[in-house]
Amino acid sequence: MTVRQVRDQFRSRDRSAVEICRDALTRIDAVNPELNAFNTVARERALARAEAIDRDFDRWRDAPLAGVPVAIKDNICTRDVRTTASSRILDGFLPPFDATVVARLESAGAVIVGKTNCDEFAMGSSNETSAFGPVHNPWSLDRSPGGTSGGSAAAVAARATPIALGSDTGGSIRQPASLCGVVGLKPTYGRVSRYGLIAHGSSLDQIGPIATTASDAAVALGVLAGADAADSTSAPEPVPDYAAALDGDIRNIRIGVPRALVEQGVDVDVAAASAAALDVLASRGAAIVDIDLPHAKFATPVYYLVSTAEASSNLARYDGVRYGSRVEAPADLRSMYTQTRGRGFGREVKRRIMLGTYVLSAGYYDAYYLKAQQVRTLILRDYDRAFERVDLVAMPTSPVPAFRLGEKIADPLQMYLVDIFTVSANLTGLPAVSMPCGMTPGTLPIGLQLTGRRFDEATLLRVVDAYERDTSWSTRLPPMLSR
Amino acid sequence: MPTAFTRDEVARIAALANLELDAEEMELFARQLGDILTYADQVQQIDTTGVPPTASVVMRHAADRPDEERPCLDRDVALANAPDAALDAGLFKVPRVL
Repeated sequence: MTVRQVRDQFRSRDRSAVEICRDALTRIDAVNPELNAFNTVARERALARAEAIDRDFDRWRDAPLAGVPVAIKDNICTRDVRTTASSRILDGFLPPFDATVVARLESAGAVIVGKTNCDEFAMGSSNETSAFGPVHNPWSLDRSPGGTSGGSAAAVAARATPIALGSDTGGSIRQPASLCGVVGLKPTYGRVSRYGLIAHGSSLDQIGPIATTASDAAVALGVLAGADAADSTSAPEPVPDYAAALDGDIRNIRIGVPRALVEQGVDVDVAAASAAALDVLASRGAAIVDIDLPHAKFATPVYYLVSTAEASSNLARYDGVRYGSRVEAPADLRSMYTQTRGRGFGREVKRRIMLGTYVLSAGYYDAYYLKAQQVRTLILRDYDRAFERVDLVAMPTSPVPAFRLGEKIADPLQMYLVDIFTVSANLTGLPAVSMPCGMTPGTLPIGLQLTGRRFDEATLLRVVDAYERDTSWSTRLPPMLSR
Repeated sequence: MPTAFTRDEVARIAALANLELDAEEMELFARQLGDILTYADQVQQIDTTGVPPTASVVMRHAADRPDEERPCLDRDVALANAPDAALDAGLFKVPRVL
């Protein structure tokens, strides 16, 4: 069921918000034992909210998300609903406020049904670093859904909710969307307020929607986007009518493909599906041209130097004083800090804090952190130059389809390499979307990533919508739903 | 640039980060941090002469506003998540430092 269908049912009084909500909770109960996609199901809050919407039908009738159930990644604060970022160190944390995105969704008539599993503090590429255990891919339960917004992508892929929120620091919306066969949009840095998002890499983090169609992602982005006095990095640019941009006309769109970047290390099925998707777009009138992004191949090391530096600073706040867990009976203040952090954080988080602390430390700052920031500038310039010639840049979202749980987790470097195509959009702040564009012979979804100009999410969504008109990937359902 | 870290180096970084690591983690991180930094060394080959660093991609700020007093969290709400607090006094509690 799409956002539009749910909204129409509510508007025509076909189904009440409570009936829609109960239906979503039933579907969550049906799929979650196998998927582990939810850390918390907020039954009472959701039903109370749905009842309030039904009681005041006239007020909510025309709201853009009237009665629509939404799942929220567990690193986004929800008032009085447990928010953990999938970490033991935030065990029992009940936020005293709603994130701006949560408040905006509710103002638009949405019903928050629960908090989705993710990699701990959004650090990982497989959802396996979660203190709640991994999420399972709805298309193949022994495989990873991707990460870090693995629970949100799995929930939408399994049709538990029509949309979910994710956050994206290095690909965490787009990569799980790709591996789960749904649409995931990372908006331009600053397009969506991050107030209430648990910080990972502050110059990189962005919240965005995961949905089954471009149209639903467009409705969600229209609700989420806009300046917020509580987030000084949010942008004052006016918010266009994204849904109105979906007119199927892509005849003047020029799409650049960085051949040299995608020629190596890409799975053969992924490469074939990407090429076929570009053919579909070309047949609708888009022009496909070769471009060069000479520094994009350095994006992964630059990303891991910059993001871990920022994370080591952001995660200094978890000290057992103001919220979260604290070690029992510490000998003194310093051991309270070190033991609380040592036992509260998982391995990947500790590894990144260590790496970030090292690259910021005296004697190494210039060689690593400053150097990475300079190469970040070169990557930005590559994209600026490309966008003089093209409107979008296309490449696979992930070089591989969903990999097996356990396959990469023992070797952090192998896991980091999965992020090669997604991290550039975070380093540059550019908007990027992953859309389902095919299946492997073993029926694992494949995603194509499109990157656009700053604040031009409308063009991204227009192209995804046009592609959906000519193909049927977005309507395919995971086998677990037909059992 | 180092390709492997000694235990002392790992301990020094852990102390800077206020992290207690067990023996297994000390050994694991000594190896893995070396591996990751060896991989990251490829950025050293890039000529960045005269290239300014990018720390932020914010183009325009939206949040300038008059400096006016506004409501904030009540004290008891702010203390509600604390592992230990003196609610009456309005204080977070930590082990004594003196």
